[in-house]
This record gives sequence, structure tokens and C-alpha cells, in this order.
Amino acid sequence: MWQIFHKLGSPKWFYGIASKLMPWLLWLGAGLLLAGLVWGLAFAPKDYLQGNSYRILYIHVPSAFLAQSVYLMMASAAVVTLVWRIKLADLFVRSVAPVGAIFTFLALFTGAVWGKPTWGTWWIWDARLTSMLILLFLYFGVIALSSAISDEKSAARSTAVLVLVGVVNIPIIKYSVEWWNTLHQPATFKLTEKPSMSPDMWVPLLLAVLGLYLIFGWLACLRMQTEILTRESRTRWVQELVRSGEG
Amino acid sequence: MEFDSIAAFWSMEGHGPYVWTCYAVFTVCLVGLMVWSMRQRRSVINSQRRRAGRSSARQAPAAASFTPVQPSRD
Amino acid sequence: MTAEATVTITIRSEDSAVGVLPAMWAVLMRDLRGAFRQRQDLLNPLLFFVMVVSLFPLGVSPEPAFLREAGAGILWVAALLSVLLSLDHLFRHDYDDGTLEQLVLQPQPLFLLLLAKTLAHWVVTGLPLVLLTPVLGVMMQLDGNSILVLCLTLLIGTPVLSFIGSIGAALTLGLRSAGVLLSLLIIPLYIPVLIFGTGTVSAATDGAAVSAYMALMGAFLVLALTLAPFASAAALRISLSNS
Repeated sequence: MWQIFHKLGSPKWFYGIASKLMPWLLWLGAGLLLAGLVWGLAFAPKDYLQGNSYRILYIHVPSAFLAQSVYLMMASAAVVTLVWRIKLADLFVRSVAPVGAIFTFLALFTGAVWGKPTWGTWWIWDARLTSMLILLFLYFGVIALSSAISDEKSAARSTAVLVLVGVVNIPIIKYSVEWWNTLHQPATFKLTEKPSMSPDMWVPLLLAVLGLYLIFGWLACLRMQTEILTRESRTRWVQELVRSGEG
Repeated sequence: MEFDSIAAFWSMEGHGPYVWTCYAVFTVCLVGLMVWSMRQRRSVINSQRRRAGRSSARQAPAAASFTPVQPSRD
Repeated sequence: MTAEATVTITIRSEDSAVGVLPAMWAVLMRDLRGAFRQRQDLLNPLLFFVMVVSLFPLGVSPEPAFLREAGAGILWVAALLSVLLSLDHLFRHDYDDGTLEQLVLQPQPLFLLLLAKTLAHWVVTGLPLVLLTPVLGVMMQLDGNSILVLCLTLLIGTPVLSFIGSIGAALTLGLRSAGVLLSLLIIPLYIPVLIFGTGTVSAATDGAAVSAYMALMGAFLVLALTLAPFASAAALRISLSNS
């Protein structure tokens, strides 16, 4: 039974599995995402309150979902790093932190631009946007710490501790920012509240979310492969792989 | 199709700039991230291959020097 | 029978090392004594606090109306920044002379020793800030009730800041740009404390009852006191194994 875990922890095994999975993830993901976006842009009915600007939802919501999910995935990987010392888990955190940060930025940017036609201003300190901003800070902290420590093993474990401290704080941050928001703004209409949606509005959203998740899976596999190649460059299997000019 | 014409699709009743800016930034960031990641992997493979090529070239003459030399009798 | 009892007691007192509480007390007193000898660590955060607070009337507006509205927030942010700046000397002195490694090797649980150490840090940094707050509060045109609540929130909040900060200090120990990196890591975690600290004062200024908010801040304190030392101990072990 434990052999499964040993296999799971082997970079070489993962490299192989990733290579097989990646084409599926990429093409399915791109297909679903494109389908969802085209549907949402051109075929979904316009919202009676917000008009056409709500179509930004089709990229804002997937980005926001992923921004938060990626952090949770990093937290699970952090637990694996600290408890079982599996190298792949640390490689996951390093590979995926910049991706999560970019998704958070996209969620912030699209949320802000969505605010202009809806609220008349480019930025608004509402609970959702502010929480996203703090999440971005948390991502930056993880990226900064993991690159500041030169020793591989210490970097892995310190980063894991930081990710876990962050994840414990995320509900506290969310709650306090929401409370702060009610203090300072009578929320008449929540900025990024999803309009009550008919199926021809939320089905494309679902497609877009699924598509982006799959693309994220592809990105994670790809970036982890790069890390594995760098870290395991001395092993024979990597040297043979490199020599054969693998694509 | 929700819109009557391409022009209407583009302008989105005045919300065009906002919607299209968001979609543009999203596409650029996502595609950019994907391309960048692919290039990173490619460059790691290439730099390792180059390094392996160099070190094996250095090794070849060394291997040759291991062949025993027959002393000539002349 | 009496002889047996005596033997048992003797053995027990021989093989027990220093008890946990005396060890914590020793760490606490050592840090306090060290801080009072090196007066700079004590004064610098205080001076920084005063100067930062003074920047706002100068940079924004000395109007009493503005100061009254922004005063509590300014004081809280300045206190937060002062604690952040002072976190460097939580571990650095002991790290430089090797005492920190000795501390980690002690038989007593590291998280309890760190609890004592961080408490000492708070006594040296946070507590003086709280004592100085009434003076600065008057300068910011705050009324008596607001100043009182502000002092209370800082009294409960600054230990939380020290404890959360100790995690960051342990994670960045010995790294090159430790100061900036520490701020980058810790500030997101400080935000809830800031929000509730200032929110409590706002509520008090508006005349509402603050006992619920105070209880929430007390909950933060208990959470920080109990959980942060574990994280700091783990982080410290990792950082020390690196160097």
C-alpha cells in the first residue's frame, strides 16, 4: 500500500504521468473555456440591471475561484511537505504560486474594471475586492520567501509554514474585511454579486470555470515538469530524457 | 446571437471598452503565462542538453587515452 | 518505609532539569534585562511611533475635524509599523551570538520558551507604545473616551502583533533582505487586527457599547498566544537548520 505513496512521490513517475495528461488537459480545457466565453459574450442574454457589462463575470468568476482554490491546494501541499516531506508537494507550491498570483491579479483587475460602469469608479474598497487584494499580498509573500532561501529543504519547509499560517488567516481576513466594509459603506448593491441567473447565463459560466481549472491543471503539470528537470538534472533518467530531445 | 450586428457586439451598448479590455487582459495574461511556461521548460531542456554535450565532448579524448599503447620495437 | 520515601523524592529531584515555568521566567527576565541595558531597542520604536504620527498632520491636514476622524486609525497604523520595525531584534541578538541555538536545544518545550521571549518583546515595545498613546491621542484631538478605548485596543492588540510578528521573524531569520521580506509576509496577517482595533474605537466614538468588540479582540489575543508560538518554533527550527 505504501508503495503507492512512494510512487506518488517519485518525480520521475510524475513526469511521465504529466506528459500523458497534459494534452487532454490543454485541449479539453481550452475547448471548454472558449465555448463558455463565446457563449457568454455573444449568446447569453443581457442582464436587466447591469446591461452588457456583466459579461465580465465570465472571466472574473473563474479567475476568482481559481485564485482561492489554488491557495487551498497550496495549503494541502504544504501539509504534505511538512508531515511527509514529499518533494513533489514543495515543487507544486513553487510552480503554482505565480499562477495563483496571476489569477488573483486578473480577478482584481476585472473586478475593478467591472466597477466603472456599475459604480462609476475604477476602484472601490468593497469586501470582495479588498479580500482579493490581501490574498494577492499573501501570494507575493509566499513567492518572496521561497526565492529568498537558498537551501532547498529549508525553503520548502519555511514556505510550507508560511502558506499554512496564511490559510488559517484567510477566513479571519475575510470575516474582518466584510465587517469593516459594513462599517464604512452602506452596501446598497454588492459589486460582484452574481445577477440572479437563468441557465443560459450560468451554463457558460460553468463551462468557463471548468475550462480554466483544466488549463490550470495543464499549467501546473508543465511548470512542475520544469522544476523537476531543474532539480533532478543529475539523475540518469533526466539526462537521457534531455538527450533524446523530448518535446 | 444576442446582438444584432458586429458593430453592436463590439460596442455592447457603451460597455464595450470595459468588457473588451477585461477580455483582452485576460487573454494576454493567460496565453502569456502558458507560452512563458512552455518556453521555460524548453530552455531548461536545451541548456541541460548543451551542458551534457560539452561534458561528453570533453570526455571523449580522455576515453581514448585509456587504450593501451603498444610500445614500438623500432 | 521512611527511608524508601526519601530515596524516591531524592531521585525525582535529581533527574528533573529546570522546570518549565522557571525556564520561561528565566528567558523572560534575560530578555528584559538585555533590553533595558541596550536602551536603543527600547527607544527607537517609541521615537518612530511619535514621528510617524506627527507626519500625518504635517502631510495631510492639522484640522481638528480631520484629526478626530483619522486619529485612531493613524495611531493604530503607526503602532503597527513600530512593532513591525522592532521585530528584527526579537531574535537577531540571540541569533548572532549563538544563544538562539542553545535555546532550541533546551529540554523545555521550545514553544513555551518562545512564548516567554515574545512576551518580553511586547513588554519592551508594545507596552511603552500603549503608555504613550494618551499623549498622542490628545495631540490628535481625540476625546477622553476614545483615547481610553484606543489604549485598551492597543493594549490587547499589540501583543497579538508581537506574536504574529514572531512567526515572520522566525521565518526570515538570517535572510539577506529580512526586514522588507518580514513586512511583506506579516502585513496581510496584521490586517484583521488593525480592522478590529480601529473599528472598536470607531464604535466607541459613536457611543456604542464596546464590550463585544473587546471580547473579539481578546479572542484574537488568546488565539495568537496559543497558536503563534507553535508556528514560530517550527519556523525557527527550520531557519536554524538552514544556517
